[in-house]
Amino acid sequence: MALISADNRGLRLATRYAVLGLIAVIFVFPLVFMVMSSLKPDQQLLQDSGNLRAFLPVGDISLNNYTAAFQRAPVATFVFNSVLVTGVTVLLSLLICSAAGFAFVFVNWKGRGVLLSILLATLILPFETIAIPMLLMVAHLPWIGTEGITWGWLNSYHVQIIPFIADGLTVFLFVQYFKDLPGELIEAARVEGASWGQIYRRIVMPLSGPILATAAILKFLVMYNQYLWPLMVTQEEGYRPVMVGLQYFFQLNVAWGEVMAYLSLITVPVLAFYLYLQKAFIASIASTGVKG
Amino acid sequence: MARISLKDVKKSYGNAHVIKGVDIEVEDGEFCVFVGPSGCGKSTLLRMIAGLEDITSGQMTIGETVVNELPPAQRGVAMVFQSYAIFPHMTVRENVAFGLTIAGASKAEKDAKVAEAARILQMEHLLDRRPSQLSGGQRQRVAIGRAIVRKPQVFLFDEPLSNLDAALRMDMRMEIGKLHNQLGATMIYVTHDQVEAMTLADKIVVLKDGKVMQIGAPMELYHNPANLFVAGFLGAPSMNFIDVTVQAVNGNKALVSNAALDPVEVSAARGPFTVGEKAILGLRPQYVQVAEGAGRLHGTVALTERLGAETVVEVTLKDGKPLIAALSQDRVFPLGAAVDLDFDPATAHLFRPEV
Ligand SMILES: Nc1ncnc2c1ncn2[C@@H]1O[C@H](COP(=O)(O)OP(=O)(O)OP(=O)(O)O)[C@@H](O)[C@H]1O
Ligand SMILES: [Mg+2]
Repeated sequence: MALISADNRGLRLATRYAVLGLIAVIFVFPLVFMVMSSLKPDQQLLQDSGNLRAFLPVGDISLNNYTAAFQRAPVATFVFNSVLVTGVTVLLSLLICSAAGFAFVFVNWKGRGVLLSILLATLILPFETIAIPMLLMVAHLPWIGTEGITWGWLNSYHVQIIPFIADGLTVFLFVQYFKDLPGELIEAARVEGASWGQIYRRIVMPLSGPILATAAILKFLVMYNQYLWPLMVTQEEGYRPVMVGLQYFFQLNVAWGEVMAYLSLITVPVLAFYLYLQKAFIASIASTGVKG
Repeated sequence: MARISLKDVKKSYGNAHVIKGVDIEVEDGEFCVFVGPSGCGKSTLLRMIAGLEDITSGQMTIGETVVNELPPAQRGVAMVFQSYAIFPHMTVRENVAFGLTIAGASKAEKDAKVAEAARILQMEHLLDRRPSQLSGGQRQRVAIGRAIVRKPQVFLFDEPLSNLDAALRMDMRMEIGKLHNQLGATMIYVTHDQVEAMTLADKIVVLKDGKVMQIGAPMELYHNPANLFVAGFLGAPSMNFIDVTVQAVNGNKALVSNAALDPVEVSAARGPFTVGEKAILGLRPQYVQVAEGAGRLHGTVALTERLGAETVVEVTLKDGKPLIAALSQDRVFPLGAAVDLDFDPATAHLFRPEV
């Protein structure tokens, strides 16, 4: 029995690593393929794609596709727009949605149960169903900017940001997490004289590292991959994000090398964001001892 | 100053009536203990005093102020929770200084007050640790430190020692007693441990099902319990209850007996009793002795527990009911031996059957 179980342990470990390895390979190879292909001329790219050379930097390697991509489209503008819109939305969303979750869980007010149910009901609405009404609405909203009051939000950054700051899913994530925080911590802070704002800032937020990271990732993905909405609300190139920018590479003649170069470029912010969050996430767990 | 007064205070959650009309007066500087079985509403009552639960009806005052509608921060109270509720992301120092930080105290003031609290609680060496690096007893000290540093007029403790082991519990119990003497503040302390209640309290409030059973000094409750519940709840081992029949009533005395008990005349202060009526005779195990000759109670030895200085004997009375005697010397009894027991009638309590 003991022998078998010892063997089993080794075997189980080996299987686990094999499975994890396989998953890693499945996830990493498309990225490697993308980057390698972006370095090759189209003809070689197509030849290589049938064999293992697709994953290796061999043959006629150059950065020509990148130069070409920058000539074909305002790549830097697209990346800048996406990073700006995504970054601002993620930050505001964490702030607003966590505050909403805080109010739902810790503060006692009339109607919070009903409101929370309504909020959760919005989770089942696909964005496509409200896209048109929302477009009609934002087209007529006032905005106070450098030119005074203007009507209609189209062709701007805020039209891509404001509608996505608060959403049911993010609030729900915070609500669930806050419910599991020990209520006596909040009560202790109240007895010690802390206001709701102070409790939010000094007690709840410092203990929310894991959920802030989770909510940030989910929001980041949604925002960075926005396509339909920015396509509807921006006609000017200057406000368009990366996913809309991808169109430029499928007009007229499709150059796959350039597509791969563009995709490689727009992946950089995603990787940077993940690495940053991973660090922050681990730091928050280490400092609070609260596990998510 | 910090006198606390509850007048016909009630609390219900929907249809569940948890506190059913409670009148309690806690004098300034008094150590008041709420005891009672689990679920009787001790924590709820304490949390209502803290302002963490609102009051369904009645009036509550702290000092001269009616606090019914006041938020916790404005009541001048500090609370120590059963789970300690120390902020895990702050050091001990930051935890203890939390209330001062919120109040906007200067760094010098915080340092001085934290140092003083740490000295009183002997935890100077812990100040820069994180809560995850502390033992249960040390966490408890931090929680108490956080409470005393603001010098509140009223301290509220909700079973602060129940997560500690027996030895540490005794240490901390004594320290809380000393702390009360040092600070002179009003303290309300919730526990279901009657030893804590007896040793710490100036005044004990015994609660059951959201109602006050009796309020009084520990020895008053011990020697003169108002009803069966209080009599059975305080004292260890708990009081023996013997079903008896009233044979005669003579002024404020009643003569009672049963199959295992020879007629005995005891005080009938909790009356009125009428002849032929059933009643319950309460005898503290400590006041039951083994009779050298013939005694009033007759039975056989069922179990002996020798504790060294004390011997606890369980006797099966002639009518089949058990009775516990706690003898203050080390004695051996053969199992099944016939034994006669006796007691001073002045130490016996006669109760009407229902509370
Ligand atoms: N939010 C609530 N809703 C409904 N009932 C509640 C609520 N909180 C407490 N109760 C009920 O109130 C009663 C008293 O609870 P409380 O916590 O005050 O008891 P306790 O005396 O402190 O018990 P313990 O010794 O176990 O801590 C219990 O029966 C409990 O079920
Ligand atoms: Mg309780």
